[in-house]
Amino acid sequence: MHKRLEPETGQSSARLMIRRFRRHRLAVVGLVVVVLMVLMAALAPLLAPDDPNRIFDKFESSPSGEHLLGTDSVGRDVLSRLIYGARVSMSVGVGAVVVYVVIGVLLGLLAGYYGGWVDQVLMRITDVFMSFPYFMVILILVSVLGPSLLTIIVVIGALAWPMIGRLVRGSVLSIKGSDYVQAAVALGYRTPRILFRHILPNALSPIVVNATFGVAQAIILESGLSFLGMGVRPPAASWGNMLSEAQSITVLSSQPWIWIPPGLMILLAVLAINFVGDGLRDSMESRSES
Amino acid sequence: MVTYLIRRILIGIPVLLGVTLINFLIINLAPGSPADLYLSPTATPEDVARTETALGLDKPVFVQYLNWLTQLLHGNLGVSFQNREPVTQLIADRIGPTLLLMGTSLVIAYLVAIPIGIFAARRRNTAADYGVVGASFLGISVPHFFLGLAMIYVFALTLGWFPTGGMVTLGRGGGFADRVSHLVLPVVVLATGVAAGMVRYVRSSMIDAFGQDYIRTAKAKGLGASVITNKHALRNALIPVVTVIGIDLSALIGGAIVTEQIFQWPGIGLLTIQSIGARDYAVLMGINLIAAIAVFAANLLTDIAYAVVDPRVAYA
Repeated sequence: MHKRLEPETGQSSARLMIRRFRRHRLAVVGLVVVVLMVLMAALAPLLAPDDPNRIFDKFESSPSGEHLLGTDSVGRDVLSRLIYGARVSMSVGVGAVVVYVVIGVLLGLLAGYYGGWVDQVLMRITDVFMSFPYFMVILILVSVLGPSLLTIIVVIGALAWPMIGRLVRGSVLSIKGSDYVQAAVALGYRTPRILFRHILPNALSPIVVNATFGVAQAIILESGLSFLGMGVRPPAASWGNMLSEAQSITVLSSQPWIWIPPGLMILLAVLAINFVGDGLRDSMESRSES
Repeated sequence: MVTYLIRRILIGIPVLLGVTLINFLIINLAPGSPADLYLSPTATPEDVARTETALGLDKPVFVQYLNWLTQLLHGNLGVSFQNREPVTQLIADRIGPTLLLMGTSLVIAYLVAIPIGIFAARRRNTAADYGVVGASFLGISVPHFFLGLAMIYVFALTLGWFPTGGMVTLGRGGGFADRVSHLVLPVVVLATGVAAGMVRYVRSSMIDAFGQDYIRTAKAKGLGASVITNKHALRNALIPVVTVIGIDLSALIGGAIVTEQIFQWPGIGLLTIQSIGARDYAVLMGINLIAAIAVFAANLLTDIAYAVVDPRVAYA
């Protein structure tokens, strides 16, 4: 592919990034979907037609004017639960990623900047954490600690940092020798200032991309845990625990309104975030075409 | 090369020890004493104390860890809290179905994904390519349990082509065809995610390879498109692909837990779920350890394979 010539010089890199991102149509669509879902989560009390935990007389009733998506096997309005479920997915997605990005960035900066035995020890710890099959160890830890929204966020956050840690370490290694870092060292700046003001801002792109995919990953993890009964506990609504009703053959075969909508919501949320992540990767990395 | 291998394996020893330590600590986070799980709820505090002494639970955690590790080196993973069976026996009974499920899924995923990835790379930026990329995005985004339920709904309940779960039809002996028909749906579910990720990987790896100078040389020599694709580009493109096999194993184990639960597949995943339900931490500790060792070994083998396949890897 030959590159289109564009007057890109003289623009800030953020502007350039936004331009590239906007050219990535699916990423823009993904971003719109994500924004809508965040709004849905934030405005759930206004949007939901009913209290998500209110039990109506008619249970397992099919979609009607009264209950647009019908009611579940306890008699709760499926649409209302679907809207409230967005809160769980969004908070786990963002919460878990914030926790592990902070851990990963700190450890990555230390390992990359100090090198030597600090690096060796931190990288071996990273190897240890990377040896555990992700979902299994999270499942076991959550069951040991007692499942709840907070536990899920903390557990995913505490286990998922190695990727970010490695990425940051790699960036630091390549930035550390650059002139501006050498200059900062020569000027006698304190190490934290060098790490956070000079090195970290230049290592940001891969972190942002990885964290975006991480949000999608965390949403899948939460829904999987909730599906298995090891996540958000009923009566609180989460898309994952709404789907777990479909483990009964009757619900699965004759009440599709109970399980298909939450499944589609998970798929839509994860797909949208993955599109955004892909767009960010293409627009932030210098080799923009892949 | 040999030095690299030895170094790489030596580095693995502390990592493996770390894996056992973390595994031990996770289970020790559980509230209450494991002795409670051995005893009936009516047990007196003296009974608890006696059991704790018998199990070595009155010793400091570090000593307990060393004891557990010593047992581990003798191949002893303890006994199930639930039915007192040795954990190694429980795992041995269930590992076969899981290996069958994961192995078949992995092979099928790669057999499907590699040609599709090459196909998309050769038709880059055409409608066919966009279709493949779009489908692969769907594949990596759909959760196993939703795909599994949808599969059962469509292909088992509505069309009746495949059974809803299990490994054999009970009471019908279970011939080869019967076993295969039970295997189809869970394999499709498990293979989808792996294949989708692999397609994207092969595609971008092939595109990178197509941009290399040696491909231009091959074209200039007048070689045919299929020779260039299959001999020159593919061989080099598959090198980075090797590295994701280790990552896939970790994802595959996670996927197997959910898939086995949905299809009631009698493997390690189902054992995990059952043990979680029964709070049988002895079994969970064993499963987690075996799974972690498997992933650790896969990562190690991947590193070694990478060094063997690609002579350019620096053995530093």
